[in-house]
Amino acid sequence: MRRRIHMTVGLLLVSMLFVLMLVSLFYTPYEPNAMRIADRLSGPSASHWLGTDNFGRDLLSRSMVGTQTAFLVGAASVAIGAAGGLLVGSLAGYAGKWADELLMRATDALLAFPGILLALLLVSVFRPSLLQTILAIGILFVPSFARVVRSGVLQQREADYVRAVRGFGAGHVNVLFVQILPNIASSIITTAALSFSTAILIEAALSYLGLGVQPPDPSWGRMLNESQTYLSAAPWFTLAPGVLITISVLGFNLLSDGIRDARDVRA
Amino acid sequence: MAGAKPSGGETVLEVRDLRLELSAKDGARLPVLEDVSLKVGRGEIVGIVGESGCGKSVLSLSVLGLLPSSIRVAGGGIYNGERKELHRLGEKSLQRIRGKEIAMIFQDPMTSLNPGMTVGKQVAEAIRLHTGASKREAEEKTVGLFRKVGLPRPESLYREYPHRLSGGMRQRVMIAMAVSCQPDLLIADEPTTALDVTIQAQILKLMKKLREEDGTSILLISHDLGLISGVCDRIAVMYAGRIVEEGAAAEVLRQPAHPYTAGLLASLALPSKKGTRLHSIPGSVPALRERGPGCAFASRCPYAADRCLAEKPALRGVAGSAFPRSAACHLLGEEGGLANVGS
Repeated sequence: MRRRIHMTVGLLLVSMLFVLMLVSLFYTPYEPNAMRIADRLSGPSASHWLGTDNFGRDLLSRSMVGTQTAFLVGAASVAIGAAGGLLVGSLAGYAGKWADELLMRATDALLAFPGILLALLLVSVFRPSLLQTILAIGILFVPSFARVVRSGVLQQREADYVRAVRGFGAGHVNVLFVQILPNIASSIITTAALSFSTAILIEAALSYLGLGVQPPDPSWGRMLNESQTYLSAAPWFTLAPGVLITISVLGFNLLSDGIRDARDVRA
Repeated sequence: MAGAKPSGGETVLEVRDLRLELSAKDGARLPVLEDVSLKVGRGEIVGIVGESGCGKSVLSLSVLGLLPSSIRVAGGGIYNGERKELHRLGEKSLQRIRGKEIAMIFQDPMTSLNPGMTVGKQVAEAIRLHTGASKREAEEKTVGLFRKVGLPRPESLYREYPHRLSGGMRQRVMIAMAVSCQPDLLIADEPTTALDVTIQAQILKLMKKLREEDGTSILLISHDLGLISGVCDRIAVMYAGRIVEEGAAAEVLRQPAHPYTAGLLASLALPSKKGTRLHSIPGSVPALRERGPGCAFASRCPYAADRCLAEKPALRGVAGSAFPRSAACHLLGEEGGLANVGS
């Protein structure tokens, strides 16, 4: 029963955010970048459900569009990390010996960097932008995916069914990607869900520092930064992005817990 | 006992003087198989009998080049029907042969199937590996194969995962996969050891059917003499990495020429022996490092003489048999020697 709660709540939160994002693609109450100085820093009201920021921009609209950034960065960076990790991990796990040594030492080196610092490094070398953010975070994720894939492949490589299918003439590529992959998919998905929340956090941190998404495009992290100055005057300004970040991270973490529990029960 | 004669006609597999060596951790090269020669003709069912550790599984793995890296071919050769040297082939060429010309099924159907794929998809994948069939064609062929091997409701079974099938059904799926490309030879390594006796009989029946209908040759490997006697045309008895006796199943089983074969037969628990003490061969198979210069069975043989401890007996023809027959025993020296070992 407890296991089901994780999955259910996680799924609920993530779906809510997803729906919010979908809606924002077609409709937001106001133009997210439209400034109405007359209404600046007004609290939650019938016309602005979440209030306005220091430029009079509608917080609800900006938060909704921020969801797009969050999902985009999350999905894209996880995709990059997973693809890279898959390549590295399966090569290391399957080929073994020196390939394994080489690749794993390289990923260890990458892992030794604190995540945020690495992202900062990569992003500040070039002009900060959404693409840079995504790439940086994606590279950050390669080691954790590589480890998961490698241990899965190492384990499955010795299985009887691998020997049997090789006996039917399957080549190494077929064995790796057609036979072994489905059996390690669930651990990859768990890592993916977990990484998604990390991606959102790192993006928020980068934007907070001014290195991620550039103004005037909305991003939760940037909104947090902007709201800092007005913390006492307009506390609701901080609330919107802060709560959204919390909900997304919580949602994806719970989801990944739920997936992991579901997999254990079945296996 | 199966009464079919060994077929004249073409050879589907020939193993000649095969020697396999294991590279041990301390660098020693230990012989796992020595002077092993075997022929399987078209449509023949040949059985290999022996205890655990006699090398029968390693023999089958070596045919398809599936040996672990620690074991190497140190002498002799393996040839297919077209006289191709299988032991010299590279991985790519071997892949073309595996499953297409020579197919293999393993002991435990529980673990030999991929748990993450439906059984239908696995067989279809195997088909597409060797033919250019489309997904749809492979699916249809798979359903047909399932029907042929006697699986119920083939269309719905296609979408099931292995863990939902019983052991007997899984082994049938393996067999379906194995014969999907109509191989000349099917190697079955202990195919029924993990199954109930009743299912065993069904699988054997299926194998005979495959031989009748498609002319598939079968190399059946087992430690179970009862199983072997039920279906094989010819038998080879292995002990400690060598073939010690070989010939038509009916003759070998009725009147064994080698003391080991005789011992195996005497150890069978038959209903007729009810109430009497079960016979067993004293001692155990010598370990790889302990094999001395003489016959490996000498330490356990009731007829052992001084010569047996000093000199390894070569396979010699046994006189007075209707079909080609040989055994490796010094007792055979003078005239067949059959009279020296009881049944």
